[in-house]
Amino acid sequence: MGKKKKSALQVIMEDGWYHPGIEFDGEVESDTESEEDEVKDKKTNKQRLRETGRASRLQSKGKEKDKEDKEEDDSNEEDSGCQQNGASRRKNYQRKNRDGKKAGVEGSQQRERGKKAPTKDQKESENKEKKTTKEGNEGKNKQKENRKNSTTSASSNSSDEESLSEEELAMLMEQVEQKKKLISTMRNKPWRMVKKLSVLREAQAFVEKFEGALGKGKGKKLYAYKMMMAKKWVKFKRDFENFKTQCIPWEMKIKEVESHFGSSVASYFIFLRWMYGVNLVLFGLIFGLVIIPEVLMGMPYGSMPRKTVPRAEQATAMDFSVLWDFEGYIKYSALFYGYYNNQRTIGWLKYRLPMAYFMVGISVFGYSLMVVIRSMARNANESTADGDDDNFVFSWKMFTSWDYLIGNAETADNKFASITTSFKESIVDEQESNKDENIHLRRFLRVLANVLIICCLCGSGYLIYFVVKRSQTFSKMQNAGWYERNEVEIVMSLLGMFCPPLFETIAALENYHPRIGLKWQLGRIFALFLGNLYTFLLALMDDVNEKLAEEDVVKNITYWTLLGHHNLSVGNDSTATPPPLDPADVPRGPCWETTVGIEFVRLTVSDILVTFITILVGDFIRACFVRFVNYCWCWDLEAGFPSYAEFDISGNVLGLVFNQGMIWMGSFYAPGLVGINVLRLLTSMYFQCWAVMTSNVPHERVFKASKSNNFYMGLLLLILFLSLLPVAYTIMSLPPSFDCGPFSGKKRMYDVIQETIELDFPLFVAKIFSYVANPGLIIPAILLMVLAIYYLNSVSEAYQRANAELKKKMQMQREEEKNKRNNKATTNPMLQDLEDLLTPSTKTETHPNQEEEKKMESPDRTSPVRKPGRGAVPDGSPMTGGRGAAFTPPSHVFVTQPLTPRVWAPYPGQPRPRGHPMGLVPGRGRGQPRYLQPA
Amino acid sequence: MAPNVVPMDYTKDPDVKLPMQLIINMPELKENPFKERIVSSFSEDGEGSLSFNDFVDMFSVLSEMAPRELKAIYAFKIYDFNTDNFICKADLEQTLNKLTREELTAEEITLVCEKVIEEADMDGDGKLGFADFENMISKAPDFLSTFHIRI
Repeated sequence: MGKKKKSALQVIMEDGWYHPGIEFDGEVESDTESEEDEVKDKKTNKQRLRETGRASRLQSKGKEKDKEDKEEDDSNEEDSGCQQNGASRRKNYQRKNRDGKKAGVEGSQQRERGKKAPTKDQKESENKEKKTTKEGNEGKNKQKENRKNSTTSASSNSSDEESLSEEELAMLMEQVEQKKKLISTMRNKPWRMVKKLSVLREAQAFVEKFEGALGKGKGKKLYAYKMMMAKKWVKFKRDFENFKTQCIPWEMKIKEVESHFGSSVASYFIFLRWMYGVNLVLFGLIFGLVIIPEVLMGMPYGSMPRKTVPRAEQATAMDFSVLWDFEGYIKYSALFYGYYNNQRTIGWLKYRLPMAYFMVGISVFGYSLMVVIRSMARNANESTADGDDDNFVFSWKMFTSWDYLIGNAETADNKFASITTSFKESIVDEQESNKDENIHLRRFLRVLANVLIICCLCGSGYLIYFVVKRSQTFSKMQNAGWYERNEVEIVMSLLGMFCPPLFETIAALENYHPRIGLKWQLGRIFALFLGNLYTFLLALMDDVNEKLAEEDVVKNITYWTLLGHHNLSVGNDSTATPPPLDPADVPRGPCWETTVGIEFVRLTVSDILVTFITILVGDFIRACFVRFVNYCWCWDLEAGFPSYAEFDISGNVLGLVFNQGMIWMGSFYAPGLVGINVLRLLTSMYFQCWAVMTSNVPHERVFKASKSNNFYMGLLLLILFLSLLPVAYTIMSLPPSFDCGPFSGKKRMYDVIQETIELDFPLFVAKIFSYVANPGLIIPAILLMVLAIYYLNSVSEAYQRANAELKKKMQMQREEEKNKRNNKATTNPMLQDLEDLLTPSTKTETHPNQEEEKKMESPDRTSPVRKPGRGAVPDGSPMTGGRGAAFTPPSHVFVTQPLTPRVWAPYPGQPRPRGHPMGLVPGRGRGQPRYLQPA
Repeated sequence: MAPNVVPMDYTKDPDVKLPMQLIINMPELKENPFKERIVSSFSEDGEGSLSFNDFVDMFSVLSEMAPRELKAIYAFKIYDFNTDNFICKADLEQTLNKLTREELTAEEITLVCEKVIEEADMDGDGKLGFADFENMISKAPDFLSTFHIRI
């Protein structure tokens, strides 16, 4: 504060220096002499004043102000008695006023509130007193001049005010600040609008009047500009938030589903949407950095053997049946690995495509890992933040579930439905926790169910193994039919279709809470799918190894063919270049990478088809059948056997998760796969939303999804890791095909990195890399990471324990408080009386100046309030019984919380200056007619 | 809303009040199950008719900028159906019925009401005073995001 004052003082002083017409009149000095003596000993911080040549006058003035200031600080009213004349009394009054304001700064609003009216009033009177009204004038200073030397001319008046205003200016600044604060916090106060308006107007008038005096004109403008920009910025931020929420795709669709089917079904769709987002990014990455450059800048189709359909296949390359198997033209397109050339740089950009291909392949995994883990961590954070207080489930539902923003009838319907659903969910949870049954029977059933399911899993595993073995013999046969070729896929899809319902039937034995049951179900189906996937992968690896062996043979043939062709042409005509062999005729290797890619694409496509057909047949046709045949059927189809399908959350989630695993695995060998997946997710979003709304019924026991769907994410992470393994294995340990793909000709795929480092980076970078790649460095690094993980893990455990401890403590405290309150309420009758007094005023938070209104209101308002206090139990709370009659229900908070400003004002024993009530009373009396007319 | 009732010139602070029927039919409130309660909580005479100041008051409290404490005070008023300064069981039942359009069975309603009282009632008097209510609502994660109206 002192600093601020000083700076203000300096400003004024400078103003004074520049002002040529400063005059000093003797009267002022004589008037202030007596006071000067008193304050001689007081040390002022206005040293600079003394140094100036004509400072003696200023000094005295400054001291006077200083003293005044100090008086205010100490709330010292005593010395006011020595000033007997009317002017000094006025001054004193003014001082008191300031006192009040200071107190207001320090603390409670109500005191401040009490002051408002008098302050304003005084100001008004001051203004009237003044004859000269200069813009940006300092009212008080002027007034003081007026009262001290009424005979002073106007010119001396103005000059004096320039020189004298330092202290007051600082004060004023404070007041202005305070008013500003009041304005900014105005809306936080639980007053009626009438009162708010009056106080606000007054404060604004004050600020407007005196702000100009403080800053120069420019400052004012700047301030206004700043305020405007701040407002604009807030508005912009809000609009942007709105925009962002509007940009979330399918929000309404999901909300609609949620309102009818509960949060668990909605969680699947949210997961689907999230998945779509991730895939979109992956698609952008692959499409933008690999496919587009190759298509635009790479060598065109037909220019080299790997980009040309072989002669033998050309006749059928455009047939749909061939294309459907992803052979023919599709096989030799940029969708697959084999199409890419091993040129180091392509196009005029010198784009290093092989390098880009490799890096994109890695970054697909890197990005996915990052996103999954980040979202898991965020979910975990949220769940701890929210799960902290799960003891208000019903209350929060009751009081915060209605969204006041809803203004649309349809949305409102949805909201009603969803609130009802969520209440039912919570009721189910509640009942579930209270249930108590025969535990032995249940255990037996659970063990039995697990045995059955393990049998199922083993059976399906064997079936797949059998089919894969058979398919290897089929593949050697030349004229295998469609079924033989696709047997593996068909069997896998069928297993995926029929096992989950079987598991669900078995799981009915276990009688878990639906949410836990869902997790078990998910885990089981996950095991099933995983078995399928890995059997499939093993079969594929066999295939790849065979292809690798085959490749060696072909390599020789190709070499000799090319050499022979070359020799032939050279022998014929040594000078001319040999006529190029048509790329379609060059014998080529099997290109195992493309084969793997095609396998994954086929699997994905068949998966999509199976999913869609299952939904169409299993849900939609069934629903239609049940709905329409029901009119002429022996039994009630809707209630009886087929009925409508429920939405199969676990199956759908796992389908999605495994599908994503396929994408991750396949995307390295088939860059186009992600594009297919994006399309799939998009259609599936609409299709499934439609299907679920038209043909499914809500679950019989509606249950809430667990707060964080970290379980899904965990599955996804597992799948991601599992799909990373085979890809990493193939990249690190299998040699790439010699005649196709961006890495052809290299021993290993990762050689592309080394090549880039050696050729494109300066030597020392290569050296650094070789050092970093040294096992001697890597092993300690890994060790360090493991240690760090261990440490962080133990720290987090410790925190968790501390958290649990705290929670327990809080719970205990709560109980204690409850007990204490009960006791206190009965033992403290005085407090009761007090509350009785207070309650009415809390009810009607009215302005003190609205006394009349309040009186009018109070009879009808306060009477119900008082009733319980006087001992009569209100009709609405029969369960309080005797207790309610025994003590007063009004809670104690009204005492501890300064909710009701009015109550405090006349309260005795408040540490506050004596002058305060004096200031209050006239203020209220006079303020009322002028500003506070009831609207 | 009612051009025939409200004068164009507001400089002389005319004492004009809009009846509740008009207010609750404005699009922002139309679908709200608590519209009558909202309006009567903000009306000065308790009858539900709003003067211009009450009206502004209402939207200032329901605006995004209003602080949590202020909103809590008025939310308490709104949910306190019988205006006895406590949210008792009857209030809760009414709230619940409005929220769910009376689709819950009687047992479910009693269960929920009992649970709410059990959860939030700190002083053990079988109903929620403002302290209980504020304590509960101050921890609610989405009270602020749902208890506002954009106009």
